[in-house]
Amino acid sequence: MYTTRYVIGFIFILTASVAVGLTGLREATKNMAVKNEDIFNKRAILSAVEDYLPDGKKVKDLSDQEVAQIFDNMQQPVLNMQGEVLDGVQAEDIDMAKERKKPEAERRLPLYIYEHNGQKFYILSVRGNGLWDEIWGNIALKSDGNTIAGAAFDHKGETPGLGAEIKDNPTFHKQFEGKKIYEDGQYVSIKVRKGGAKNPEHEVDAISGATVTSDGVTEMLYRGINYYQPFLKEIRQSDSAQGLLMQ
Amino acid sequence: MAETAVKEKEPLFQFGKKERQLLTDPLNDNNPITVQVLGICSALAVTSLVYPSVVMAVAVTFVTAFSNLFTSMLRNYIPKQVRMIVQLVIIASLVTVVELLLKSFNYPIYKQLSVYIGLIITNCIVMGRLEAFAMANKPWRSFLDGIGNGLGYGAILIIVGIIREIFGKGSLFAGSPIEMKIIGPTADYFINTTDSAFFGWYANNNLMVLPAAAMFIIGILIWIQRSYNTKLVDVS
Repeated sequence: MYTTRYVIGFIFILTASVAVGLTGLREATKNMAVKNEDIFNKRAILSAVEDYLPDGKKVKDLSDQEVAQIFDNMQQPVLNMQGEVLDGVQAEDIDMAKERKKPEAERRLPLYIYEHNGQKFYILSVRGNGLWDEIWGNIALKSDGNTIAGAAFDHKGETPGLGAEIKDNPTFHKQFEGKKIYEDGQYVSIKVRKGGAKNPEHEVDAISGATVTSDGVTEMLYRGINYYQPFLKEIRQSDSAQGLLMQ
Repeated sequence: MAETAVKEKEPLFQFGKKERQLLTDPLNDNNPITVQVLGICSALAVTSLVYPSVVMAVAVTFVTAFSNLFTSMLRNYIPKQVRMIVQLVIIASLVTVVELLLKSFNYPIYKQLSVYIGLIITNCIVMGRLEAFAMANKPWRSFLDGIGNGLGYGAILIIVGIIREIFGKGSLFAGSPIEMKIIGPTADYFINTTDSAFFGWYANNNLMVLPAAAMFIIGILIWIQRSYNTKLVDVS
């Protein structure tokens, strides 16, 4: 048997050396890890405008530098719930998971204004609940503030093959392209309908076997896009004013 | 079993019949998954695609090999009363090393494997090898035993991953630089089911994406292995 003193001494030396070693490694790799996470999140946002990337590339074909460059050239205002632009923050600094824990009135909304060949896209971030855990997504609107140009979703722990299809199945988020969130000026959002879309402008097909996740997407879109309404109203007005001037 | 205390008065790094057995035994006669039925949790969870399975196999091999090595080096100094705690400290720090390295060199796969990297700590194969082998053997042999067991685990993971990915997703190595699209409904795939007269009926099997499929596949692998390797069959 070993003495208590030996045991304590042994454990102390072991844990101390392990702690020093791991802290050193963590410090050494910290910058790379932070940068990787940043690029990973930016790629997720860009996948909402996958069809409109420079040189017709796909998100996975873009190099890390190209991704960072696109974001450097992008306008990234942050809005409050009244649709006013907040000073001193950039959209990429906003952590949606943290915002969601705040009371609704205090939330900040990130907005990415992406430009491609003179066309403007507004990328909105939304977040909600799936079956098991959180789901989130980025929705790109065309310059009219009404037509969806693309959407991308992700999730924390939905069932593979069922709820996880919102991310994995390209046919699901392809359906969103060209849908409209307003009808005659009334906000209706997009509905994920079980049994097949009936309204071609505002509905998409649900994933069979994943009713709760599909309903979660519907709810997330309705509430999430609703937050941006004050801002969307402004761009819709200026867009229609421009349209009148052109005529 | 082959691994109970070996008498030795040999050079530090030797590679003879015994050592070769340490590497090959876990691949068949003493496979951690199909014979000892350990490490099932991660084998069910990460094998829906081949690429994460390969990364997981490499990660577990790294952890078993080095935790065996370090434990064996310390085996004469580890107080018996707290040996499990000491083993856990070694395993946990190696797993943290894997996690940090993945985070900085391959972030997408780190995201995909998520909690299962951390759960290597609880993988029974790792601690099982420390208790059964490293505590009673010299460092070099323990290291080889760790590599052997990691490979035995990895081999099953990759076989299950290949079967699940082909039938569940119609691709191979998705997410890696050598992604292959084999069968699916668009022109990107090698066999395009929308055009093909012969494969028009084909659809991906959604069961294969679920962890339950891995359970069936591992069961079938155990059956196949035992039907040609009859000494594994329990005659009681």
